[in-house]
Parts: sequence; structure tokens; C-alpha cells
Amino acid sequence: MTNNEALSPEQAGDEIAKQEEKAQVKAELHKEFKELAVQGLWKNNPGLVQLLGLCPLLAVTATVTNALGLGLATLLVLICSNATVSAIRQWIPKEIRIPIFVLIIAAFVTCVQLIMNAYTFGIYQSLGIFLPLIVTNCAIIGRAEAYASKNPIKQASFDGLMMGLGFTLVLVVLGAIREILGQGTLFDGANLLLGEWASVLRIEVYPLESQFLLAILPPGAFIAMGFIIALKNTIDANLKARHPKATEQIIERVRVNFDS
Amino acid sequence: MAFWIASSPHAHNQAQTSALMRTVIYALVPGVFAQWYFFGWGNLIHIMFAVVTALLAEFFVLSLRNKSKNKTSGANKPKISSQLFDGSAILTAILLGLCLPSLAPWWVSVIGAIFAIIVVKQLYGGLGHNPFNPAMAGYVMLLISFPVQMTSWQPPLSLMAIDLNLPNTLSTILTGFTSEGYSVEQLRTNIDGFTMATPLDTLKTNIGLGLTVYETVKNQVFGSHFSLGWEWINTAFLVGGLLLIYKKTIPWQTPISFLASLLICTFVAYSINPDNSASTMFHWLSGGCMLGAFFILTDPVSGATSVKGRVIFGLLAGLLVYVIRDFGGYPDGVAFAVLLCNMAAPLIDQYTRPRTYGHQLNIANSREVK
Repeated sequence: MTNNEALSPEQAGDEIAKQEEKAQVKAELHKEFKELAVQGLWKNNPGLVQLLGLCPLLAVTATVTNALGLGLATLLVLICSNATVSAIRQWIPKEIRIPIFVLIIAAFVTCVQLIMNAYTFGIYQSLGIFLPLIVTNCAIIGRAEAYASKNPIKQASFDGLMMGLGFTLVLVVLGAIREILGQGTLFDGANLLLGEWASVLRIEVYPLESQFLLAILPPGAFIAMGFIIALKNTIDANLKARHPKATEQIIERVRVNFDS
Repeated sequence: MAFWIASSPHAHNQAQTSALMRTVIYALVPGVFAQWYFFGWGNLIHIMFAVVTALLAEFFVLSLRNKSKNKTSGANKPKISSQLFDGSAILTAILLGLCLPSLAPWWVSVIGAIFAIIVVKQLYGGLGHNPFNPAMAGYVMLLISFPVQMTSWQPPLSLMAIDLNLPNTLSTILTGFTSEGYSVEQLRTNIDGFTMATPLDTLKTNIGLGLTVYETVKNQVFGSHFSLGWEWINTAFLVGGLLLIYKKTIPWQTPISFLASLLICTFVAYSINPDNSASTMFHWLSGGCMLGAFFILTDPVSGATSVKGRVIFGLLAGLLVYVIRDFGGYPDGVAFAVLLCNMAAPLIDQYTRPRTYGHQLNIANSREVK
């Protein structure tokens, strides 16, 4: 004997309506999470579309290991700062929100920096100034301002995760291209980041007599970045040409990254 | 009765791009011959590699571009073959091959040609849209990326202890060793066991060591006049360049003002401090001076367009070449000077707009100032 049978028909109707509402809310939440993932990883990727955080993106992606190290650090800071900003969003005065965001981000960056100093000293050294410079990464403060300061903790943290993953992916792809072209290797020095076992990850793609310095120096990062963006735009254009209607619908939807 | 009224200019030169490019390529022949005579087959092999690569790269991009054009406007598209063989890609490749050290590995010219055609020329929109001279941008990219290979200059054949014939040169470029097993470093070494460099490089090193120019030019790479081999190569390029001016293929203002600017700078320096500055003739007849003056700076796409603008462009280039040669880190600065001047060309054009007939100059200027 369940509860429903004991209730009067009106109450039962109420209960069903409530459940429907709950299911609807859940479905909407699910949809929002999905949209957040799509936005962070592809459509509004901080590296490829928003072109935020270009300074570390171009400076430290000479190898996959460096790129991965910086990407993970940024990811961690982004999730924590988004969650914190979202948690205290009711008490932040609008006028001084930016300094507060920066303080929160700086606190987390300091934590990450100290952690990396302690556990992955090699990568900490090779990242150098670009690790503390995560504070000034526009991608992070941009997410705090545009999304986390207006949305609940759960969504804000998920947004941080997806944006951070999108950024990390771009960093790793760029690092891989530059490492293969520049040194002919992959995962060189992975043991600095992941521990001694990771030195087996190093792959010699092809032997190079001399390094291709252009790919290792920052101009090579700009050129490779340009090619990656072009590739993304080509894929988008192809998708649009294949499903003209589907993309139209997506455009009509409210974009979660701006205030609606 | 209606007359067809044509707008000015009324005198047309009916020559097409391909004819222009062909003239320039013919004018390069004396210089290429001189280079072959003094330095052997290396540069011809590099030119061949570069031309083949450049044509392949050009074909790749043009076919991509034609495919996307098909969708929007099917008719009226230019044929790939006419664009491919308009001579611009071949000229770029020949200029690039001429600049390379003759014993550099084969992939140097291949990478340089790919970069020059795809990144410098086609990514900016193809022929007529590139802000930089493709050959020089490719050369500078190579110089920055592969400093060792790009500075391993071969001494003139007459100074070499090892006989370098065509199969030997080819094998050195492909494998890094001659068929007898000599490496590039050994080829560059003279009988006394010293590595020989270009005259410009030797001068720069020796002045850095505290020697005077007078002591330096006794080195055998300088020969009996200014710089062994290079002086005749530069003279040959000068002859080709004069031919181009005579044919009105290139404007005379750019090379003349460039050489004049180099003359003024080096003359002043030589008058003040003859111990540390080489003579004007040495500057004119060594490195890539004449090639740059007549064949690179006169590129109609990446240079300045008005008469006054061309004079300023040449003066600036001459000053930059002198500054880089005497004070910079690299022994020769023609390629860097050309790229820097290419960057300045739009600004020069902006301020040297010629007066159009029937308009006052100051009105145009005051409008610009606003």
C-alpha cells in the first residue's frame, strides 16, 4: 500500500503536478549542464573563440608537459574561484566586485602555486612566471564576472570545469603541435609533472637533426594558433552547411554565458 | 553618335603578370651564372628543390581556393594552371634558392618554400595581397629557425681544398656528406684547418676581436679586390638589374636611393672611423646587396608605390642594411631590412600620396590630418 492511494484525489493530483514540475526542473537542469559543456568545450571555448588567456597559451605551450601543467593549474583555479564567487555572490557589492574576484582568484592561484612547488617542482620551474600570472588570466575573471556571479554553485562549478577543460584541451593540442614540429617528440619531460614512471611516455615521433626553432619560439605559437582557429571555423562552417536548421535553433536559444 | 570615352591612364602596358615575372627571371640569369661559377652547383640544386616545392604548395592552396569558389560563383573563375604558372611562385622560389647557403640540407629549401608560399603569400590572399616579400620572409624564418645550417656558408670553389663537383654537391645537400665522406664542416675548412666564412661574417668577427679592417681584408676570403666571388655575383645582379630598369620592369628610384643611402652611411662611417668600417664598395659588392636592391626591394606588391614613397623606401632600407651590418647581431641585414621596410610601406604610402590633377595638395593633406 503506497501513500498515493491513501491520499485524496486532489492531493494526488497535486503530488503528480509537483513531480512533473520536479522532472521538468531536472530536465532543464540537465539541458543547462549540457549547454554549459558544449559552450565550454567547443562553441565558446576560452582559447579558440574568446581568445582569452593568450599570454600563457602562447608562452608555455612549447611542450605538451608544460601545456598540461598550466592547463591543470588553470582548471583547478577556475573551478574553485567559480564556486567561491558563486557561493558569496549575494554579499558582493556590485561596485567593488572586480577587486574581490581578483583577490579570490589570487588566493587560489597561491594555493596551486605552493602545491606545484611542493609536488611537481620541475614543472613549477619550467612554468616560471606564468604560474602566478594565472591571476591575470582573463578567462578566469571573465567566467567569474559573466557566469559565476549570477548562478548557483553547482552550475558555476560545472561551468568552471568545462571552461577549464576547454582551455586545457587547446593548450595540449597546441603544445603537441609545437613539440612535434619543434623537437620531434611528444610528452618530453612528462616525468616532471606526473612522477618518475611517466618518463616512459616520451615518444620520439621522428628524429630531428636540429630543432625547428620557429615552432618553439612564440611566433610559432601564434601561427599554430591561427591554424587551429581556422580548422575550428572550417568544421563549424561544414556543420552549418550540413544542418542548416539545427544551428538556427541553437542560435535562437539564450546563451548562458551572458546575462539573460 | 556616342563616343566611348576611356578614363586615364591612356597609355597601357599590355604585359601580363607572367611576362613581367619572366623578364625578372631572365634578368637573374647573369647572377645565377656567377654564383654557379664561384660556388658550384649548390644554389642551382636548392633553386630546383624550392621551385618544385613552391609549385606544389601553390597548387595545393589554389585548388583549395577554387573548390570554395565553386559554391558561390561557379562561372568566371580563373583557371588554376594560369595562376600556377604566372611565374610569381617560381620567382619567389628562385630568389629563396639564391639566398640559401649552397651546402644547406635539402629540407631547408623545402621548408622555406612551403612557408613562403603558403603562410606569407597565400594566407594573406595570394598574389598581390602579401604585405611581406615571400622570399625574404621565408629566408628570415629559416635563419631564425635553423641558425647552424643557415650560417654554414661555403667558401668560393677556388679556396676549397676538396673538389666539389655536381654529384658531390648533390650528395652533400641530401645526406650532409660528400661521396668521399667529407662533412660540411670539413668542406668549409681550408688547408690550414681554419673554417672559412663569408667576407661579411669574417669582418664582423674580426672587428669584434679587435682587429682593424685593414688587417681583416688580408684574409683570403676577401680576395684581391673586395670580396672573392661575391663581388662578381653582385656585379652580375647589378647588370641584370640595370637591364630591368632599361626594360622599365622595375622603377629606378628604389635601387638608386637604396644604394645612395648605403653610400652615404658607409662613407660617413669610413671617414670617421676607417679602422672599424669597411669601404662603400665592400658594402655594395658583398652579401645580398645588389640582389636586394634590384630584385627584392622592387617587389611591386610589398613595396611603396609613389615616386616619393619609393625614394623614402630605398633610403630607409639602405640605412637599415648599414645599421644591421655594422651594429647588429647578424653579418648581413638585407633580408631584415626588406621586411622592416615592407612593414613601413603602408605608412610611407599614406604620407607620400601624389597630387591628383585638378586637386590641391594641401586640401588632401588637411583632410588626412583630421
